[in-house]
Amino acid sequence: MTMASPWPTASHIDPWQTHSTRIAAIADETEGVRSYRLRFDDAAVGDAFRFAAGQFNMLYVPGVGEAAISISSDPEDVGTLTHTVRAVGNVTDALARLTVGDQVFVRGPFGTPWPVDRVMDRDVVFVAGGLGLASQRSAILRAALPGTCRHATVLHGAKRPGELLYTGEYDAWRRAGVTVATIVDEGGPAWNGRCGLVTALLDDAIDDPARTTVLCCGPDPMMVGVAEKAIDMGVSIDAIFLSLERTMACAAAHCGLCQFGPLFVCRDGPVLRYDRIGLLMKVPRL
Amino acid sequence: MQPPPIHSWHWLDASDLQAVIDALRGEGRRVIGPKVADGAVILGDLVSVAELPTGWLDEQDGGSYRLRQDPAAGSFDHVVGPHSLKNFLFPARETLVSFAREDGVWHEQAAAPPAAPLAVLGVRGCDLAALRIQDRVFLGNGFVDEAYRSRRERLFLVAVNCRRAVATCFCHSTGCGPAVEAGFDLALTEVDGRFACEVGSEEGARVLSEAGIVDAPLSTDEAETVRRVPHDLASRMHARQATDGVPRPRSLDTHGIRDLLMANPEHPRWDDVATRCLSCTNCTLVCPTCFCASVQEVTDLTGDHVDRERQWASCFSLDHSRMHGQPTRSTTSSRYRQWLTHKFAGWIDQFGTSGCTGCGRCITWCPVGIDVTEEIAAIRATDGVTVAREEASS
Ligand SMILES: Cc1cc2nc3c(=O)[nH]c(=O)nc-3n(C[C@H](O)[C@H](O)[C@H](O)COP(=O)(O)OP(=O)(O)OC[C@H]3O[C@@H](n4cnc5c(N)ncnc54)[C@H](O)[C@@H]3O)c2cc1C
Ligand code: SF4
Ligand code: SF4
Repeated sequence: MTMASPWPTASHIDPWQTHSTRIAAIADETEGVRSYRLRFDDAAVGDAFRFAAGQFNMLYVPGVGEAAISISSDPEDVGTLTHTVRAVGNVTDALARLTVGDQVFVRGPFGTPWPVDRVMDRDVVFVAGGLGLASQRSAILRAALPGTCRHATVLHGAKRPGELLYTGEYDAWRRAGVTVATIVDEGGPAWNGRCGLVTALLDDAIDDPARTTVLCCGPDPMMVGVAEKAIDMGVSIDAIFLSLERTMACAAAHCGLCQFGPLFVCRDGPVLRYDRIGLLMKVPRL
Repeated sequence: MQPPPIHSWHWLDASDLQAVIDALRGEGRRVIGPKVADGAVILGDLVSVAELPTGWLDEQDGGSYRLRQDPAAGSFDHVVGPHSLKNFLFPARETLVSFAREDGVWHEQAAAPPAAPLAVLGVRGCDLAALRIQDRVFLGNGFVDEAYRSRRERLFLVAVNCRRAVATCFCHSTGCGPAVEAGFDLALTEVDGRFACEVGSEEGARVLSEAGIVDAPLSTDEAETVRRVPHDLASRMHARQATDGVPRPRSLDTHGIRDLLMANPEHPRWDDVATRCLSCTNCTLVCPTCFCASVQEVTDLTGDHVDRERQWASCFSLDHSRMHGQPTRSTTSSRYRQWLTHKFAGWIDQFGTSGCTGCGRCITWCPVGIDVTEEIAAIRATDGVTVAREEASS
């Protein structure tokens, strides 16, 4: 039946609305991983673009395609965005070929944030596997501010020492009172840190489980391992949050590609509380 | 001329129906309706009532669709074919947004002007239900799909009350038909070669008066008789009686269906159906509510112009769940589970409604006749049975 708009019409809910940005700076992080600082062409758009730590953007390279990439900068840093990207395929390789001044389109922000505004009286333990730390950097910067939480810890695991992310920032995080611990699968001769799985770092990081919130991002099996161990240590299931990754085309719960059981990872996630997803994560090939 | 009141009933004959089509076309609408093409009743551009499948009946069953001529058959005694409103409101390929490069700088192009508004004739109860479901997907989930909305808001619907069902129909189980209750501009019930037309909206009333039809109201008795037509069919479907010599319609027990499917992700039936399913994607393509899509870059030869084209995707394809180069749902078993569990369970969480209208298309157009009602019944009959985890991951 013909109908008069019963639904909202504001343009911000058109998920395909893109914004043109320029690459203002590029930082080499680890092999194949670069951070891109993007500045909006239209300063007014940049000022109006607000996000919460843990949300992501769709980055678009015309003629190549789009990829979902977490926003890694401080939400208070209005006007620019930082994205840390590993070149693994079509779009991310195209980004890796760009230089300062080149154009990248952004649409977003999308998805659910890390609950860093609700942890004032809690210990927050960030657990990141590999590039998962990119999705947590903005939340870590929030947690490092006085008054955000009781204590913040960052546990970061990587395959090799050279793949540990943001190593140049750990000193600044530590100066702000954040505990930072790292672990790698294979250390090599020059490594005198710990070797093993990131779950091994939880033992020292959680000392008051009833007041601990765990925020985890990494490969699915690693996240399940972290969540289950945290539960065993006494952390409440509703104080554990995981950030999931699924391929997506729209980021607006329309394309259906990122479905995980009844959830749309783009809209209901990426950050999801473990009590909502724990059982689903154990179903093979869901 | 005063337009007729909403919910008034009027007799139309074929020439009046033609006048309605002419009036709709006259105001710049593209009129779509059922017609026979390639051995099926499809939805296509309609200029004349002579193109309607008058005298044709479809016989449908698991994996089979046949048309036959029957001199007693009316214009709308066929039921649903492979097409649905989805083909027009959410087309299989569509440019969402375009970019052009000038002097090295890319610009998003202004959206193309909207195409002519659509009028669709012959829309069934299950089709209207599917439309309500797609409305929730594209308009009601927090984000609005502008392309869908532009077509949806200007859509004119001429619905039809079914008086015949085929063996694959189970709209009586899902509560989606066969009677059309609301959500149409005009609704037709075919009786003795004429059409009793109910006015469903002001827009419908306006078009009727535009077509010069105001002064053939049904008597109260006639309206009562006409109203009974789809309800009589519903009773026969509930009694699972054969209608018109065709096998009895299917049925589906929807009681607690969400919990039933959610609780059985490792039921052996998923592996069983996987031995029959070809992962051909037909069911998802003909389903009037399936909405999955991917977006492709379509570049011209110069590389200076790009269309971002949305294309239907299917949970039966490996690409649908590809991540890090690997499909998450690598087996047919896991893909069939995704289709059935999403349609009948996950959908309820996502949109507050089942994704199934009982139209039966997926049963008819499955090349091997896999039947959602049978698969669900099999799981219900053995609720809670699981395969060993090792087996499940093989
Ligand atoms: C919410 C969210 C946040 C994310 N945040 C970040 C982030 O901050 N940083 C980041 O780097 N990534 C992030 N990702 C992941 C990122 O979206 C993907 O890595 C990206 O989409 C890859 O796109 P692409 O076009 O470059 O790769 P694609 O071309 O799509 O390829 C992706 C992967 O598939 C493999 N592949 C592709 N085709 C084939 C094939 N035919 N055969 C075998 N393998 C194949 C590639 O090698 C690669 O591993 C995030 C994802 C989500 C959902
Ligand atoms: S699942 Fe099958 S019967 Fe249900 S709406 Fe889709 S095509 Fe029709
Ligand atoms: S259920 Fe039938 S139609 Fe659907 S993918 Fe399998 S074989 Fe194809």
